[in-house]
Amino acid sequence: MAVETTFDPFQFRHRHLGPSSEDVGRMLRIVGAPTLDALIDEAIPGAIRQARPLSLGPALTEPQLLGKMCDVASRNRPMTSLIGQGYYRSHLPAVIQRNVLENPAWYTAYTPYQPEISQGRLEALLNFQTMIADLTGLEIANASLLDEATAAAEAMAMARRVSQSKATSFFVDSDCHPQTIAVLQTRAEPLGWTVMVGDPAGLDAAAVFGALFQYPGSSGNIVDRSDTIERLHAHGAIAIMAADPLALALLTPPGELGADIAVGSTQRFGVPMGYGGPHAACIATKAAYQRSLPGRLVGVSIDSRGRPAYRLTLQTREQHIRREKATSNICTAQVLLAVIASMYGVYHGADGLRQIASRVAHTAAALARGLQERGWTVPTAHYFDTIAIDAGERQDAIMEAALQRGINLRRFAGDSASPSRIGISVDETTTPDIVEKIWAAFGAKNESGKGEGASFAAIEGQVVNALPPALRRSSTFMTHPVFAAYRSETEMMRYLRRLADRDLALDRTMIPLGSCTMKLNAAAEMMPLSWPGFSDLHPFAPADQAQGYAEMIADLEAKLIAVSGYDAVSLQPNSGAQGEYTGLLAIRAYHRARGDVARTICLIPTSAHGTNPASAHMAGMEVVAVACDANGNVDLTDLRAKAEQYADRLAAIMITYPSTHGVFETAIRSICDIVHAHGGQVYLDGANLNAQVGLARPGDYGGDVSHFNLHKTFCIPHGGGGPGVGPIGVKAHLAPYLPSHPQLSGKPSPVGPVAAAPYGSASILTIAWAYMLLMGGDGLTEASRVAILNANYIAGRLQGHYPLLFHGQNNRVAHECIVDMRVFKETTGVTVDDIAKRLIDYGFHAPTMSFPVPGTLMIEPTESESMAELDRFCDAMIAIRAEIRDIETGAMSKTDNPLHNAPHSALDLADDNWPHPYSRMLGCFPAGASGDKYWCPVNRVDNVYGDKHVVCTRPPVQSDRNEAANPLASTASHAPIAPGLRNVDLGVTARASSPPARSKPLDPASAA
Amino acid sequence: MLKFTQEHEWVRIDGDLATVGITQHAQEKLGDLVFVELPAAGKSFEKGAAAAVVESVKAASEVYAPVAGEIVEANAAIVADPSLVNSDPMGAGWFFKLKLANRSEIDALMDEAAYQALLV
Repeated sequence: MAVETTFDPFQFRHRHLGPSSEDVGRMLRIVGAPTLDALIDEAIPGAIRQARPLSLGPALTEPQLLGKMCDVASRNRPMTSLIGQGYYRSHLPAVIQRNVLENPAWYTAYTPYQPEISQGRLEALLNFQTMIADLTGLEIANASLLDEATAAAEAMAMARRVSQSKATSFFVDSDCHPQTIAVLQTRAEPLGWTVMVGDPAGLDAAAVFGALFQYPGSSGNIVDRSDTIERLHAHGAIAIMAADPLALALLTPPGELGADIAVGSTQRFGVPMGYGGPHAACIATKAAYQRSLPGRLVGVSIDSRGRPAYRLTLQTREQHIRREKATSNICTAQVLLAVIASMYGVYHGADGLRQIASRVAHTAAALARGLQERGWTVPTAHYFDTIAIDAGERQDAIMEAALQRGINLRRFAGDSASPSRIGISVDETTTPDIVEKIWAAFGAKNESGKGEGASFAAIEGQVVNALPPALRRSSTFMTHPVFAAYRSETEMMRYLRRLADRDLALDRTMIPLGSCTMKLNAAAEMMPLSWPGFSDLHPFAPADQAQGYAEMIADLEAKLIAVSGYDAVSLQPNSGAQGEYTGLLAIRAYHRARGDVARTICLIPTSAHGTNPASAHMAGMEVVAVACDANGNVDLTDLRAKAEQYADRLAAIMITYPSTHGVFETAIRSICDIVHAHGGQVYLDGANLNAQVGLARPGDYGGDVSHFNLHKTFCIPHGGGGPGVGPIGVKAHLAPYLPSHPQLSGKPSPVGPVAAAPYGSASILTIAWAYMLLMGGDGLTEASRVAILNANYIAGRLQGHYPLLFHGQNNRVAHECIVDMRVFKETTGVTVDDIAKRLIDYGFHAPTMSFPVPGTLMIEPTESESMAELDRFCDAMIAIRAEIRDIETGAMSKTDNPLHNAPHSALDLADDNWPHPYSRMLGCFPAGASGDKYWCPVNRVDNVYGDKHVVCTRPPVQSDRNEAANPLASTASHAPIAPGLRNVDLGVTARASSPPARSKPLDPASAA
Repeated sequence: MLKFTQEHEWVRIDGDLATVGITQHAQEKLGDLVFVELPAAGKSFEKGAAAAVVESVKAASEVYAPVAGEIVEANAAIVADPSLVNSDPMGAGWFFKLKLANRSEIDALMDEAAYQALLV
């Protein structure tokens, strides 16, 4: 296959791929390969190459794609869905839609591990945490979880960690959402916990380590559970409430009722239902339990000038440090959606939310009154937005009559208590017209009821809401000025722009993060998800309303099967880590179905990503580490020994390919064979699939199951740290063990749902599908080839300047390369952090630091970066090497040099006091003064200070000035900093230490 | 009598009381400590059981009971100020004292020379 030599403006691949055909020729000369074909032959072992070219049908042009997406969207029929059950219609303020959801400055950003270039989204996330902590009445909230059902599962696991109780059972209120109960059951089973579902009135508090209550209940009913919570506490058990954040604007918050943990979904804060997702779930708890919280947590620290600065805090809880001992396997959050929800809160403020919630409650009360007038019984005295009416034998007729009027209601079909109930959940978009249509659909219950009751206008004046008087919220919330300062659209637009400007995203620079595949997220791929045909569908809407989705899902599954060589796919997992967990559950169920209940050992190479051991632990497996050799490859001798030692108990191996070291291991087939020979299954982690689409298929060379990161290889943007989508592909023998879902018909599976919605984050599947349609099989294959070329080009240009670790056969790397920075520490004191921070001065986002090898940088350019951008990056890296050389020769100070002090802020430049022995020009404009200079809003952020002084909500502001006068931009170097933060004089702040490294118990080798 | 473990803990034996901490080498490798969790007095541990937790920004680690015994006292000062472990690991940065359950376990620990040899 030759590179096309002519530029074709209609071919999307020419827009997706960075290097032109002329560039490819020039790059090959640096790389030292005669042709791209030759380079690929050198890099990828012949033994694993796929036999036939990838064929996915002809590639579409951009206009053809948009036409097709329109066509497919038109086969979805979004109705007025009042199904509720955790998903509600909501109005996304247009200023937020345009400036966040549709703005690449927000959606193409990476996870904020580099805090200095992430202050904008870190502030937005801190707003989110503050909002959630306030609404739930608890002290600390994290920066989002994947969905409400998995948040409940995380809370259950957290309860087990902190509970004093020795019980192994967990109680779930039967009035929880059915999908939440099902996900809890999936999660509990491998860990040996029993989920008891029932009425809290009969709860034996001594028999459980924790309990979950829905507030308001799934049926709408609101009950005060504080007595039950007291009983739980008396036995050392943990109380969890799954609460609706909008209802909490009016209801006594969980924290005030004694709950230890609250979870919920912020979907109805402006985020479209999207046929199931993505949405940001939340979790909040008491400060005493903060170290047991799962997921990412934003905290406040200070920078080297003593100014407040945000960062991710308490990372030692997480899988990348604690591995199987982590609080969870969770890695991806739902940052973009959390940002949208937080901005919905910022735009409306507490009083706005109160008014929205009041209107919802009032509409529900009017709806109920109208039904009562027609003779229907409303069984609950106290409710917020939802009522459930027992329709008896008229259930079908009423559902149909509502449907005729364009309205979906909820059928309590699987509910054993009263399966003939119909649920109605109103929301902020429910108009009088909709309520009147519902009344018409129900009609009179019997002859005593009036078929034609009063109009909504007549009724609404007569009703008050049906909230329980004893549970009316009296406490204030969201009192920080940020929730009052941006009510006008002008202020809001500027706030969003100001925050976005603080961050480096793909709209400004390449983000060469190894193992993260920060490729183009094309505008045409992004557009359809905002269309009503995709965004306005309830995940539990009748299947005939979602024919467009069904068509897309079937074709996307078929395309993933063609790419991967597997036989079946599940799109349910919401993240890569969740995909790992789902794949391991399939393996576990497979062994158990064959009577192999003892197969619980999971082999994991020491180089694996932290999510691997954490996921294995969650799937009830025991992790056994397999050694890697000096080249980063799996040590076959050790693998054989371990496989033999555990032959009777071997469940699986988890292995990443190409390896986490960015190398195509030639022994991959042998590795798979050894594990298979000892009865184990092969989990091939697909994080690095971007190096092999169209070139090699995991299902062909030995994998039994893999997850695919659609947010890496298939263009779903990182969103600043989520959403992610991690579908799994399996060989036929594992297909019966893909996860089921209560809302999906079809064959039952021994594995229950792993996510709240049947197809996970369905609305963003459009992005991955659009990418595959635009590229076609040839284009996707070309993308893999160019990704490998780009990585080898960087390796070629940096060779001789920096030591490169880990080459594969023929001295080639795969789609990423690792540069060793440990060599400078001894002679110059320069650390990998210093180099990462110095890259900011050059306008770059740092590559991945200290993974998989501490003290190194892992660079993955992707196929989307042009030769010009690759050169700009390599030039910066080479210039930094020259700066290090100046330290080596003594021309520059070891303790006061541009690397040590990086990044340099505008304040450094403006400060009358420039105490450094090098010039301001070198410090601030190392690549030459340019109008395009990116100014980092803070200096280096102090990690130690932040972890010692954990503050995870917006600190109170000092003055009553407009919040918009951002303290980060306005604080002079010696001015006092925000209250609650220690004032640190210039220059004496402890320096930021190295990034999180993988840990072993006090093993010096791993913490270098 | 001062002894050491493979896991970079030191043990000072005084009668039937053992004071336990982490070594200079361990604190250097962990970096600036930000959090310490200690066992409550009265709690008993088998030899090798995880008794305490230390965290820096970049790493988390468990501190194991080098010998079996019952906790007599834990050093609240390092909980309040974990940097004491960095500044004075062998002194003010001690972790806990335990009452030996089995004196013979001491024999299996390293002396200082053996520990220093381990580090090179």
